[in-house]
Amino acid sequence: MIAVLWIAGALAVAGALGVVIAKTPVHSVISLVVNILALAALYLSLHAEFMALIQVIIYAGAIMILFLFVIALLTARKDPVERSEGKLEGQRELGIVAAVTGAILMTAVALSAGFGRPVAQEALPSGFGSPAAFGRELLTTHILSFELTAFVLMAAVIGVVVLVGQRKL
Amino acid sequence: METFLIVAIKSVLLVVILLTVFAHFMLIERKFLGYFQLRLGPNRVGPWGLAQPIADAVKVIIKEDIIPHDADRITYKLAPVVSLFVALAAYASIPVAPPVEIFGRTIELSIVNPNAGILLLLATTSLGVYGITLGGWASQSKYSLLGALRSTAQMISYELALGMSVVGVIILAGSLNLYDIVAAQENIWFIFLNPIGFIIFFISIVAEVNRVPFDLPEAETELVSGYSTEYTGIRFGMFMMAEYVNMLTMSSLATLLYLGGWNGPGFLPPIVWFLLKVVLFLFVFVWLRASLPRLRYDRLMDLGWKVMLPVAIANLVLTAVFVVLF
Repeated sequence: MIAVLWIAGALAVAGALGVVIAKTPVHSVISLVVNILALAALYLSLHAEFMALIQVIIYAGAIMILFLFVIALLTARKDPVERSEGKLEGQRELGIVAAVTGAILMTAVALSAGFGRPVAQEALPSGFGSPAAFGRELLTTHILSFELTAFVLMAAVIGVVVLVGQRKL
Repeated sequence: METFLIVAIKSVLLVVILLTVFAHFMLIERKFLGYFQLRLGPNRVGPWGLAQPIADAVKVIIKEDIIPHDADRITYKLAPVVSLFVALAAYASIPVAPPVEIFGRTIELSIVNPNAGILLLLATTSLGVYGITLGGWASQSKYSLLGALRSTAQMISYELALGMSVVGVIILAGSLNLYDIVAAQENIWFIFLNPIGFIIFFISIVAEVNRVPFDLPEAETELVSGYSTEYTGIRFGMFMMAEYVNMLTMSSLATLLYLGGWNGPGFLPPIVWFLLKVVLFLFVFVWLRASLPRLRYDRLMDLGWKVMLPVAIANLVLTAVFVVLF
């Protein structure tokens, strides 16, 4: 299990780096897909079977395909869209500061939470991570956040209809 | 270790079987297309053209591998690999018969059997479109790109209706596990309980595997050969393999979900029933190709979004009500 953690973890980080380093947008998309699949493997190693599958179906199977669709359409020619660094000055410096701050904060949290200390292995409740257990949690304990998310998505759909509706078809 | 060994053996067997079936299915398809059109079909290599698959394999392997000058080399090489890998991997979660006893050991006739088997299958097949989109983009050719974009739009559109009709089956069976779904059809097949769902499912899988009358991505009269225009040799061969293996996967899935899987009268072993039903679907794929013209692209989209999806949703609601009440 620990091997899965390291391999999938390394792939996830490599994918994430690839997204920002790649010069061609399509390569960034491929890296992001690698990252998403590695995350799904991590969920699987945590016994969250349903979560892992949904991660693949929704993110890799639907959302990233749409990304790829739009990017492939817009960058039909191979030359990269962005040639310069962009107009915002000091992006690089700000980025480094933000990354270092984030790393320090995350290390502090991990240390205070006792990362790396051996944990007493608790037996998982039966059916943990199964679709049934997942659904029950979602519709009982987390019903409020679930409904709020639906609300946000609804707002996005209405936004699209309003924006497109103004055009005379 | 032993579990690992069993999985390894099963995986190698599966790949060998799938590719053999692919090669011979191509021959049979060409033969039947010939008969449908009052021709003989391939009949030069071996008796009844039986050695044609070998000749085709040798030809496709020794053909020159051409990579267009402007192509994005890494993505260009990656795309067929992704396509074929996803197609082969998808079959891993399909059971072909109930578990058998071999050397005192119970062996499942599928490589993996997770609780959410049908979701795993849908998750894997939903990645197949990457191969086509990336291949079309990486070729840097108008025809390839247009073919790839059409294919992406088509597969996303029909995946929704497909998913909705699968949910209907899941509600009827009360489980996401493919073994349970087949067991639930012991008395009556779901095609009789949910005929509308089956029709939607079947139309969607034809669109998912880009076959006539939904073969817009490789409409040869307008797009040469769509996403695979620039590919030659074994890379083109891999796209072909992926397409035919996908057809096999979808036929097997239709058998499991609607035709009762390996259930059938006892005079034939379960696996034979399963194979017969899959062959029936494969034959219908060929039949469609021989008899139907291609849809126009906007009609295809209209059908997907304005007819199939609403009908699928209505059917799903009705199925749910039916299950709760009876």
